[in-house]
Amino acid sequence: MQHFPCPFCGVRDETEFHFVVEAGKPRPEPAKDVSDDQWATYLHLGKAHRGKAKEIWLHQTCGLYFLMNRNTVTREIISSEYLPEAEE
Amino acid sequence: MQEYSALSLFKNAFTSHKKWQPAWRKATPKKVYDAIIIGGGGHGLATGYYLAKNHGIKNVAVLERGWIGGGNTGRNTTVIRSNYFYPESVALYDLALRLYEGLSKELNYNVMLSQRGMLIGAHTPMQMEICQRIANAMQLNGVDGELMGAEEARERVPLYNSNEDARYELMGGIWQGRAGVARHDAVAWGYARAASDMGVDIVEGCEVYDIIMKNGRITGVETNLGSIQTENIGIAAAGATPSLTQMVGVDLPIHTYALQAFVSEPVKPCLDTVILALGTGTYVSQSDKGELVFGGGLDRVPTHGQKGNLPVQEEVISGLLEMFPAFGQLKLLRQWGGVVDVVPDSSPVIGPVGPDGLFINCGWGTGGFKAIPAGGWLLAHLLATGEHHEISRPFDLCRFAEGRLIDEAAGSGIAH
Ligand SMILES: Cc1cc2nc3c(=O)[nH]c(=O)nc-3n(C[C@H](O)[C@H](O)[C@H](O)COP(=O)(O)OP(=O)(O)OC[C@H]3O[C@@H](n4cnc5c(N)ncnc54)[C@H](O)[C@@H]3O)c2cc1C
Ligand SMILES: [Zn+2]
Repeated sequence: MQHFPCPFCGVRDETEFHFVVEAGKPRPEPAKDVSDDQWATYLHLGKAHRGKAKEIWLHQTCGLYFLMNRNTVTREIISSEYLPEAEE
Repeated sequence: MQEYSALSLFKNAFTSHKKWQPAWRKATPKKVYDAIIIGGGGHGLATGYYLAKNHGIKNVAVLERGWIGGGNTGRNTTVIRSNYFYPESVALYDLALRLYEGLSKELNYNVMLSQRGMLIGAHTPMQMEICQRIANAMQLNGVDGELMGAEEARERVPLYNSNEDARYELMGGIWQGRAGVARHDAVAWGYARAASDMGVDIVEGCEVYDIIMKNGRITGVETNLGSIQTENIGIAAAGATPSLTQMVGVDLPIHTYALQAFVSEPVKPCLDTVILALGTGTYVSQSDKGELVFGGGLDRVPTHGQKGNLPVQEEVISGLLEMFPAFGQLKLLRQWGGVVDVVPDSSPVIGPVGPDGLFINCGWGTGGFKAIPAGGWLLAHLLATGEHHEISRPFDLCRFAEGRLIDEAAGSGIAH
């Protein structure tokens, strides 16, 4: 069993967490100027990083979305932190 | 190529089986090829074979960073079936199944295809309705598939838990008689041997570090064995595909997860079909050696590490024991994981991407062993002609921008 650190709750079992998306993908705006290709890129395409990855995760039990840096090969957790908006 | 037959087996007995030739040549890469295939799993090797066989293109190399079949092709639970929901998928997977049906003979290599049938079992009236819907779709698509009632299902799988307090009582389900299992290594080795015989170089221990392009066209690859020139590349590298296409600036709709498999100690024959229970998500078959081979859903954490994690192990094993309490007596012999390439609509991505001359065949996720002959056939067609085959066209990457997904996870409700 792997343990992940939620910035609010602390270290919890992996079964409480859900991978959401690779970090650093801003939603293209405004909608009327967004082409189908740009939208598909935003919605579906990614890097599937091998090694160091920065991702957004959800701690399902407390509902917090947060940033996690981890290694996708060794499973090492490098850091976890609040999303910028959630800081205050 | 040394012919395999009862006679050759007999003859070689006189020399204590020490005179067999290696099944494929150990090749060192040439300077230039007409086409290069990256990845020596089933899909890559089949591509090499069909390039030579169907298109007469023999100056071809299959580059494999480890040993052939060392990826998911040698790690899977070998279930073969074509009971999908959408016509596009059925065309694809049934092409594969039809090719599998003639494969041992065609390759002169016994891939041990055993069409023992597969039952997808339901345990609620709602699941039975879904099964009815899928069975109807299968029949409309022209493949064998039928709804099976509770009584017949219990007769087929007598060890299935039918106690009064059974949590996942078997109500029946979808039956496909042509489904079954095959020997995974034999599929890889059989294609390698036949391709090698026609002149295709199978290069093991050759890792592609970089893909080179010039003026919008592929010109070659950089490997640990030096640079190799080619104007055509086919990538069949499963979970490693996104990192390869990123070398030429192409992102893919792929997430990589570990999928686990489990094998019990061998016992006498007790299960003569493949069964998947919709309620537990666990599926199981019995190997020729007598081991129970089983698996279930994906691990929850995206990874490139080829090993499984405990929560899913617990889920799969408890699922198996709900289905077959008798299996609780068995010891687990082995367990392992493979990194599978999962796409949002659970359908593969096949077609050209990025610079001219680059084609991919990936995104098979948890269910691409059954598709190996078709994946190879279609990627070979793309490499030889530069155009889609009509069966691969719907699986082009452009379906994401067009919003024309082929959502099999939603359609057939099965992850594999
Ligand atoms: C546990 C498990 C159970 C499964 N069960 C089933 C099942 O019952 N039925 C079914 O149909 N499917 C099943 N699958 C899925 C199936 O195994 C895969 O979809 C299929 O084998 C993929 O074949 P492939 O040739 O595309 O990939 P692989 O066999 O993974 O081959 C890709 C190859 O590319 C090589 N490679 C990667 N990067 C490079 C590089 N840079 N240079 C050179 N070589 C490279 C790798 O070393 C690897 O050998 C299962 C998978 C797993 C893990
Ligand atoms: Zn929390």
